[in-house]
Amino acid sequence: MKNEQGMSIIVKRITRITVSLIFLFGVYIVLHGHLTPGGGFAGGVIIALSFIHVVLAFGKDFALRRLNEKLASIFESLGAVLFLTVSLLGLFLAGIFFLNVLPKGKPFNLLSSGIILPSNIAIFIKVGAGLFMIFIALAMLRITEGKKGE
Amino acid sequence: MSLYFLCLILLAIGIWCLLVKKNLVKKIIGLGIVEYAINLFFILLGYRFDAQAPIIAKDSNSMIMVDPLPQALILTSIVIGLGTTALMVALAVRIYEKYGTFDISEIRKLRG
Amino acid sequence: MLPLFVVLPLGCAFFIPLFSKIKEEFAKIIGVFCAAGLFILSYIVLFKVRSYPVVYAVGGWKPPFGIALVLDGFSGLLLVVVNLIGFVSIIYSFSYIKRYSNPSLYYTLFSLLLAGLNGVVITGDLFNLFVFLEITSIASYALVAFGTEKEELEAAFKYLVLGNVASIFILLAIALIWARISSLNMADIALSLEIGSYKKLISFALGLFIVGFGLKSALVPFHGWLADAHPAAPAPISAMLSGVVIKTIGVYALARVLFNIIGFNPLISDILMGLGILSMLVGVLLAIGQWDFKRLLAYHSVSQIGYVVFGLGLGNPLGIIGGLFHLFNHSIFKSLLFLNSGAVEYATGTRDLNRMGGLSDNMPVTANTSLIASLSIAGVPPFCGFFSKLLIIIASFQKGAIIGGIICVLVSMITLASFLKVQKYAFRRKEPKMEAKEVAFSMKVAMVILAIICVVAGLGFNHFVNFIIKPAVDVLLAGKNYAISILR
Repeated sequence: MKNEQGMSIIVKRITRITVSLIFLFGVYIVLHGHLTPGGGFAGGVIIALSFIHVVLAFGKDFALRRLNEKLASIFESLGAVLFLTVSLLGLFLAGIFFLNVLPKGKPFNLLSSGIILPSNIAIFIKVGAGLFMIFIALAMLRITEGKKGE
Repeated sequence: MSLYFLCLILLAIGIWCLLVKKNLVKKIIGLGIVEYAINLFFILLGYRFDAQAPIIAKDSNSMIMVDPLPQALILTSIVIGLGTTALMVALAVRIYEKYGTFDISEIRKLRG
Repeated sequence: MLPLFVVLPLGCAFFIPLFSKIKEEFAKIIGVFCAAGLFILSYIVLFKVRSYPVVYAVGGWKPPFGIALVLDGFSGLLLVVVNLIGFVSIIYSFSYIKRYSNPSLYYTLFSLLLAGLNGVVITGDLFNLFVFLEITSIASYALVAFGTEKEELEAAFKYLVLGNVASIFILLAIALIWARISSLNMADIALSLEIGSYKKLISFALGLFIVGFGLKSALVPFHGWLADAHPAAPAPISAMLSGVVIKTIGVYALARVLFNIIGFNPLISDILMGLGILSMLVGVLLAIGQWDFKRLLAYHSVSQIGYVVFGLGLGNPLGIIGGLFHLFNHSIFKSLLFLNSGAVEYATGTRDLNRMGGLSDNMPVTANTSLIASLSIAGVPPFCGFFSKLLIIIASFQKGAIIGGIICVLVSMITLASFLKVQKYAFRRKEPKMEAKEVAFSMKVAMVILAIICVVAGLGFNHFVNFIIKPAVDVLLAGKNYAISILR
């Protein structure tokens, strides 16, 4: 098997296992943002790290076949629009911007504390997609050296 | 009290690195050190003696906690620092592409 | 209605990348919709701030626990300035952006810039001010490097490093103030500073604030980045940067902190007057020897901001009226001059004054509007620049700063000489015949709008000052009493 991109086969085997674990850990940190430290930004960074792990181990083309730049850009804008919608919910339902309008359940539950959980999920989508795109943009700048304006 | 001085020493090291080094990437690292120093200073301001992390868990019994407000503010500041550093690195890569060097004594097309 | 000033441009900035994948034209439409909406909103709001400030508690949390958005006379003045110049710049960008390859990126960054500027003006909380200041700065760093030529990247890097250092100093000053007073609301800090005595801490924070905000507003000796960054940006962005950004995140934030939070005392007055005089002199002396059109305009920006800061530093009511009126005037005619230089560069392809000539025959709209703007900045009646400079000079003689007043008159004469040189070399001489035709319609419309406002503000300056400038001056003169009306 010819390996023209990426690292050796041991790294590729281990990456297949650890990437899903890193992804799961990131999702856990996001969903429990109101109970444990972490939240949207930290979870988003971990998700982006799992994608970057795939890029480093398998090479750029393999990762870009799974999640190309157009899809990542759409995810980033969707995350931002979702955050804006969540913050405007307060304005539409009760008249004050950014009010906490979703039901606040019992403490220490997963579905408690109102508006914090959807905000965390919106930020996680945006930060994950955004950091992945930054990495791809910087990596692509080195390789396509003669091309301008990308 | 001595911890605040250590933060300011870190700030001084970062500013020295920003002023003296001639490589663009080293200047970016210097700015990163300055940002770390400021964030650390701000979080240290919220420390209380014999206190815990400000998280209410089911089995915590002590209610003396450190101040959580600077931690929220510094989270914002770290994200802003990330954005600025990403922009600086992208600009440095583009400058290398156009000028062929990272040395600032050669990147002096604009003067006067 | 107050959060709309921030939500509208942010929403447009988030929607533009999504919609421009479907069709390229949507970027322009959403961009114009955002700027026009903000412009209309700022006029509606102007009629509301005549009597008392409007306070909006975000999220329902009352200040001082939550973030408060405050709209008073000073904010109303700057909202009008920011949104007017933003609207005119976006109209100008319709045809100008055809030279660059990525219009959706430009409109996204421009909307983010508008969101940050509006946020800085209407916030009532110190850390919120810092966050919006960073949003504005990052958007402007990216916009300066938009063309990705050699000089633009180098200028953007210089601007980035210096701007980042300034932001870090501002954050350190906010940290020191929070450490002692444990509150971040501007009104709360103003009231607490009156009660306790925090001499050394406040002096250190004051110094850090003056350095940080002074660097953002390009006062001398922090002006090194301006001459490189403003010529390198595309022309509508130069107009926004020089006309709005250095005023909002520089002079507005400095005035808000110095007048309303720390309180105006003779030490601050001396510092501001000294910095103002230094900026006036150094700016205009560096501008005389320039042969690059935009670089000359950038150095004149340094000098005119010196006028504004000198007027604010005088402290008596006439001085503050003169300073704020000059802030408004400068944004109008400096943006007009930068748009003119962009039109000249678009038509002839060069910025070097030695190689231009005979343009007044081929480009009548550009030549005449630039004549109006040049006469205005030099202080020739009946254009608006004359009245604001007159007010500052009269105020300086009233207070007893005779040397400052004489330097103001001297700098005004040297400015007139410099702009006569520009007019002669670029437009009125016949020698090197250049092949140039008039620019596109949208660019002409933008320039004519600004020229009309220049003339109208000059002829009707009495009504103008009473209607728009007076509420702002009342807020600044009230000083710390502003805090009492906020925390009702």
